[in-house]
Amino acid sequence: MSSLNMLTISEAQNLLRKKEISVIDILEAVFWRIDSVEEKVKAFITINKENSLTVAKDAQKKIDSIGSNDNISLLGIPIAVKDNICTKGILTTCASKILYNFIPPYESTVTMRLKNKGYILVGKTNLDEFAMGSSTENSGFQTTLNPWDLERVPGGSSGGSAAAVAADECIAALGSDTGGSIRQPASFCGVVGLKPTYGRVSRFGLVAYASSLDQIGPITKNVRDSAILLKIISGHDPYDSTSAPINVPDFTECLEKDIKGLKIGIPKEYFIEGMDKEIENTIFQAIKLLESLGAIPVEISLPHTEYAVATYYILATSEASSNLARYDGVKYGLRAVGKDLMDMYLTTRAQGFGAEVKRRIMLGTYALSSGYYEAYYRKAQQVRTLIKKDFEDAFNKVDIIVTPTSPTPPFKAGEKTQDPLQMYLTDIYTISMNLAGVPAISIPCGFTSNNLPVGIQFIGKHFDEESILKIAYAYEQSTDWHRRKPAL
Amino acid sequence: MKYEAVIGLEVHAQMLTDTKIFCGCSTKFGAEPNSQTCPVCIGMPGVLPVLNKKALEFAVKTGLATNCQISKLSRFARKNYFYPDLPKGYQISQYELPICEHGYIEIVSDGNTKKIGITRIHMEEDAGKNIHESSSGGGSFSFVDLNRAGVPLMEIVSEPDISTPSEAVEYMKKLRAILRYLNVCDGNMEQGSLRCDANVSIRLKGEKELGTKVEIKNINSFKFVEKALEYEIKRQIKVIEDGGRIIQETRLWDSNKGITESMRGKEEAHDYRYFPEPDLVPITINEEWLNKIKQSLPELPDTKRERFIKEHGISDTDAELLTSEMSLADWFEDAITSGGNPKLVANWVKGDLLRILNEENKTIEQCPVKPSQLADMLKLIENGTISGKIAKTVFEEIYKTGKNADVIVKEKGLVQITSTDEIEKAVDEVLLKNPGEVERYRSGDKKLLGFFVGQIMKITKGKANPQLVNEILNKKLS
Repeated sequence: MSSLNMLTISEAQNLLRKKEISVIDILEAVFWRIDSVEEKVKAFITINKENSLTVAKDAQKKIDSIGSNDNISLLGIPIAVKDNICTKGILTTCASKILYNFIPPYESTVTMRLKNKGYILVGKTNLDEFAMGSSTENSGFQTTLNPWDLERVPGGSSGGSAAAVAADECIAALGSDTGGSIRQPASFCGVVGLKPTYGRVSRFGLVAYASSLDQIGPITKNVRDSAILLKIISGHDPYDSTSAPINVPDFTECLEKDIKGLKIGIPKEYFIEGMDKEIENTIFQAIKLLESLGAIPVEISLPHTEYAVATYYILATSEASSNLARYDGVKYGLRAVGKDLMDMYLTTRAQGFGAEVKRRIMLGTYALSSGYYEAYYRKAQQVRTLIKKDFEDAFNKVDIIVTPTSPTPPFKAGEKTQDPLQMYLTDIYTISMNLAGVPAISIPCGFTSNNLPVGIQFIGKHFDEESILKIAYAYEQSTDWHRRKPAL
Repeated sequence: MKYEAVIGLEVHAQMLTDTKIFCGCSTKFGAEPNSQTCPVCIGMPGVLPVLNKKALEFAVKTGLATNCQISKLSRFARKNYFYPDLPKGYQISQYELPICEHGYIEIVSDGNTKKIGITRIHMEEDAGKNIHESSSGGGSFSFVDLNRAGVPLMEIVSEPDISTPSEAVEYMKKLRAILRYLNVCDGNMEQGSLRCDANVSIRLKGEKELGTKVEIKNINSFKFVEKALEYEIKRQIKVIEDGGRIIQETRLWDSNKGITESMRGKEEAHDYRYFPEPDLVPITINEEWLNKIKQSLPELPDTKRERFIKEHGISDTDAELLTSEMSLADWFEDAITSGGNPKLVANWVKGDLLRILNEENKTIEQCPVKPSQLADMLKLIENGTISGKIAKTVFEEIYKTGKNADVIVKEKGLVQITSTDEIEKAVDEVLLKNPGEVERYRSGDKKLLGFFVGQIMKITKGKANPQLVNEILNKKLS
């Protein structure tokens, strides 16, 4: 039998329900794994070992008291949470020195929902500072490395969560996705990552980077686990006005449904000169497989694709410049000594924020400034509307859109840190979905000749996560990619 | 005068909601510093605002009462600036698409009705307070109290339709009356629940173009509205007359010195970098809800005043005074419903009642005299039981003891003397005692009539019916 830390959620549920294993067995396996590989991977900022043992004992008691057919949900399942999601009483840093000591007195809605289902918090995972980045190299504390090749990055910004899942340091994880931050690291690490429709999942307790784009979502070892987690974390939250009062289906029920006749759109703008040949071939092989399962590929156009990155970097940085104003040294977190108020502000923020965060605050402040607002922020909002419309038009013709998740396989650590623009371009396939608010999932669809994972992305209509889960599951059932494990 | 002033007012009104605008914290005034706070109103990471529906309702009510259009689609915006009392580093306010626009209120200026336009009314959150204290060690510290952070405010912006300081005061008074009628703001300028900033410029009379405007802040009483504007207008005229130019700037009113002083120039003005608040969905107003709010509005000061004049036949000025506060108007009408003669009630309310309340520093809500008690007393005057003069004593007794007028009259033996015989006796006595005065009266010194009346009242301890006294006196003296 493989180690218990390698289990998926549904496998663990089965074994726990049948009382073949105990919660402590799984948890010990997880911490054994962390002890043996974390030094290399560096996925976690905080490991929640002591607390989790108490929770595990409680969970086991509950399991003991229920019947073997009952749904045990997340009782005793060890899950890792990205460190920009607030956990009551547990350090939440956003990988930023400015919040190096911040312990929230409140629980985010998503972790509250996981808690209510009995999950065990394994630890808080590393990220690019305030979720700004595509490689986890912008963390203020440590760089996480890709379990498939420790010289390479795990992607970002949810690199810690993706690496922890890939390295079996947890059963599943939560990430957040503002421009690809769940999907791109999932793709780089060979796991499943789902960004829900904007408004599907409450943002209460998610430390804001760009409020109109941020969504929390699952990073898991297979599609079914993403469906299980999504069901639990979704739904309207009275503490988040932007969370939609829309019914939440049981996302696991749609998985086994037929994909025959499903129209899958292939946007021509996404397959362009200069994209990695291996990736291109892998994606087309995947599409062929889907075709053999009954899906009908249709070429479509998303004409405003080329403006997505520019639009994103104006809107996201504008919102960020405002969202990050609260870190001023007055109330919590880092406070530097200053000779007066202004000096304290400046020194605190100079010491507390890393280079990329500062760059984005400056970009956003500039875009919102009097005299530039019309040319930048307002124009970007207008383009955003056009990009949204691109998707609406496309979904009049097709049910699902399929694209690569990333234009390249995982790159080497340090390779792009000196060139922010190159780094920004790694998100060209994932940014548009945040601008449009539509759901998208990345799942493993092959490996490069260097044994590096490649991800395929399925994009759905607003609040139609079911379709993308269904096609992802159908593909997964016909392939083995998700079962491959990195040799650590 | 060669010049005329152009004045626009920006009024901040603290709303009387129980809880803050974006969280459930209490808005009560005067609690321990930072005791009425939560992660939302102190701007912790990851928390989100949720709009208090009551605040929206209050703003809409105010908009309806000031003849505004209520926006079907409205939204919040962030106003960005750094200050320790602003925990998020931005204030959630409204910028484009405020909740109310294009309204007006009417004031009386020089006896004429004048419309003052309302540009917009928008909702926003208040900031906290910085408290600067010197520590015993010699270094100085500043403290931040965030109890007030997140208390709902309305900003009510007028058109530059105001031409004189007294019009500005009238505007403020009318606005305050409306806010108090609606029970959306207590209108207390001294405590800061109603605050006023003014934009002032001057120009030559008849000139079309506006002069450079100066913003005046920190005007915290009705008296200072007038004084600060008077000062500022004079200052600007002097600058121009001396050949200078007005600089666009923000000035602070210093009530101790009675002057305005420069706070910051145009160059130092903040760039607030407003943009739509992404954490709150746009507000859409549904017709049904709006109609419900419309129906819930009380009768407003202007309508009430017109009705009082028409229905109760009282004067313009009396009606203006009696409708200045809804509770006063209600008291007045209750007295009429209890059978009081409207004109008499009006006279007594604006005279003896308001005088005594003023002396005792009480509001009409705290008045110990019930409206029906005044009405009953007035009936005693009308049916001749007591004289108007005696009534003043009776009224004070009602105020002091809470007893009804008829009881007081009985207990104190204050019933009016209406017997002709008794009064004739008193008249005879007085005329007999003062032969010289009688002589002078008869030879034309008619002013002495008052003297005789006074003497008669003295003998009868004021209880004689004045009309009878006059009649009999006239008869006897002619």
